[in-house]
Amino acid sequence: MIIAIASGKGGTGKTTIATALAQTLSEREENISFLDCDVEAPNAHIFLKPDFTEKKDVEMLIPEVDDDLCTGCGRCAEVCQFHAIVVLGGKTLVFPEMCHGCGSCTLVCPEDAITEVPQVLGALKGGLTPEGINFAHGLLNVGEPMAVPVITKLKNWDERISAEVVIVDSPPGASCPVVESLRGSDFIILVTEPTPFGLHDLGQAYQLTKEINVPAGVIINRDGVGDKKVGAYCEENDIPVLMRIPLEREIGEGIAQGKSLLEVRPKYKKEFLNLYTEIQELAGEAR
Amino acid sequence: MKQLVILSGKGGTGKTSVTSAFAHLSSLGDLASKVVFADADVDASNLELVLAPKNTEEEEFWGGQIALIDADTCTGCGICEEVCRFDAVHEDGAVFLVDPIACDGCAACVYQCPVDAITMHEQNAGKWFRSDSRYGTLFHAALRPAHENSGKLVTLVKQQARLLALDEDYDLVLVDGPPGIGCPVISATSGADLALIVAEPTAAGVHDMHRVLETTSHFDVPALVCINKADVYPKGAAEIKEFCRAQDIQMIGEIPFDVSVTEAMVQGQPVTDFLPNSPSSQAIVKIWDKVVKEMQLDGVS
Repeated sequence: MIIAIASGKGGTGKTTIATALAQTLSEREENISFLDCDVEAPNAHIFLKPDFTEKKDVEMLIPEVDDDLCTGCGRCAEVCQFHAIVVLGGKTLVFPEMCHGCGSCTLVCPEDAITEVPQVLGALKGGLTPEGINFAHGLLNVGEPMAVPVITKLKNWDERISAEVVIVDSPPGASCPVVESLRGSDFIILVTEPTPFGLHDLGQAYQLTKEINVPAGVIINRDGVGDKKVGAYCEENDIPVLMRIPLEREIGEGIAQGKSLLEVRPKYKKEFLNLYTEIQELAGEAR
Repeated sequence: MKQLVILSGKGGTGKTSVTSAFAHLSSLGDLASKVVFADADVDASNLELVLAPKNTEEEEFWGGQIALIDADTCTGCGICEEVCRFDAVHEDGAVFLVDPIACDGCAACVYQCPVDAITMHEQNAGKWFRSDSRYGTLFHAALRPAHENSGKLVTLVKQQARLLALDEDYDLVLVDGPPGIGCPVISATSGADLALIVAEPTAAGVHDMHRVLETTSHFDVPALVCINKADVYPKGAAEIKEFCRAQDIQMIGEIPFDVSVTEAMVQGQPVTDFLPNSPSSQAIVKIWDKVVKEMQLDGVS
């Protein structure tokens, strides 16, 4: 069972929900993986406090041109969709920051003048949390634009994705890094806040779950601020509201200090157990 | 003409609330009618929700191609699946199919197909808009969910704003940035004269502020920091101030936690316009004045 936690808007409480769900389930399931796929701004480790014991570089293969073999024919530049390889004055130049690592240039080179060399984009780190959750996150290197290859490698790191329960903490938004994080999930929890910004971005995220055809439900965080339109939107679109967490200063202060929701409010454990049962039913129905 | 980008690393720290207040404040003084606004968070474009856009002109955004295999021509040899590094090609009976969501648009399969059964097709990935807003011209966009190339759309929105600013001899392009540090952030930051980081005094906020400051420094864009919801966790705020001191980064103001910001948002207005006497508005006015000074925008007109 892969459960992903997403939101269009940032800062709505994805990581708060994901970490609380993982901690709750760690008491009844032996085999839980947690994958923090927000590789641009990963935060779940702050709350789950894993003992990082494993590290792996994420590499992408980028072309390297052998000037002695290259005739400057320009076939590589023709096939590159990302303008990452160009021929100027008979010399072939590579722009690694534009390269998607697809290997097309290498395959078409008639002189076999291109070889591929690994370039480090980021890293994966993994380890067990005090509850025994098999935690891992990805870290995109500063200045690197492409988050997706790091997310892909994180999701395929050893057997983590095959655990009994996998919790995926997604980045915010609704474009490629989010799609890569959510692909293959059995259920998506969309976390939102009841404000105009929250509502607008929930709409974007909900559309995405439809596009990739994964059942979804909503958790309304900081309930009580803003207005009632998020609840109305969920009702209109027949999206189950799975939980409401009221705006409480104490919760905000606790999370600010790096405490998980369950540390601040242990009573939520019961609600998260019920949540898991409901998700199992909803995901089962969808199948 | 100068360019200011508002960033944060972590989402939900208050970038758009600050940007919208800046848009309002910029319309009051010497800079009135000399500023153009660009919403560079195309995944979650919220600036329009508080700037009341009207007379909107709409353009399609064609970005990113995906491969399509012609089933009649396909012989089922499977070379496309072999060369695809994005796990986007799958066997379907006697032929192969492309998963449009997984396809990266690299076209490697197109050039390797021995029977020329694969072609590339441009995707309608969203729309971009030019609107008159309450305080000036706003460029914004809506990326279709699950589509790629948000960095390209960010670049387009910003380019349009810059072109208008050059044509009209404006003084400032105000850019509301996306969260994170990757492709859309890099696109939003490129060409900026200054970045204002809206930091949040939480464990996660401080962690992500470090990442975004490393990013602005990597691209040689000078950065200032302000702290939002500064009183929620004073120890976190102290940590941010200490960090800025040590790194020689100016910390130019603290905005207290204030429900006025949400109340204003519900009314579709920036807080400085809706509740000018609220504690958050007063703090934002001071921060804006410092930004104007830092960018030497005072007295340029």
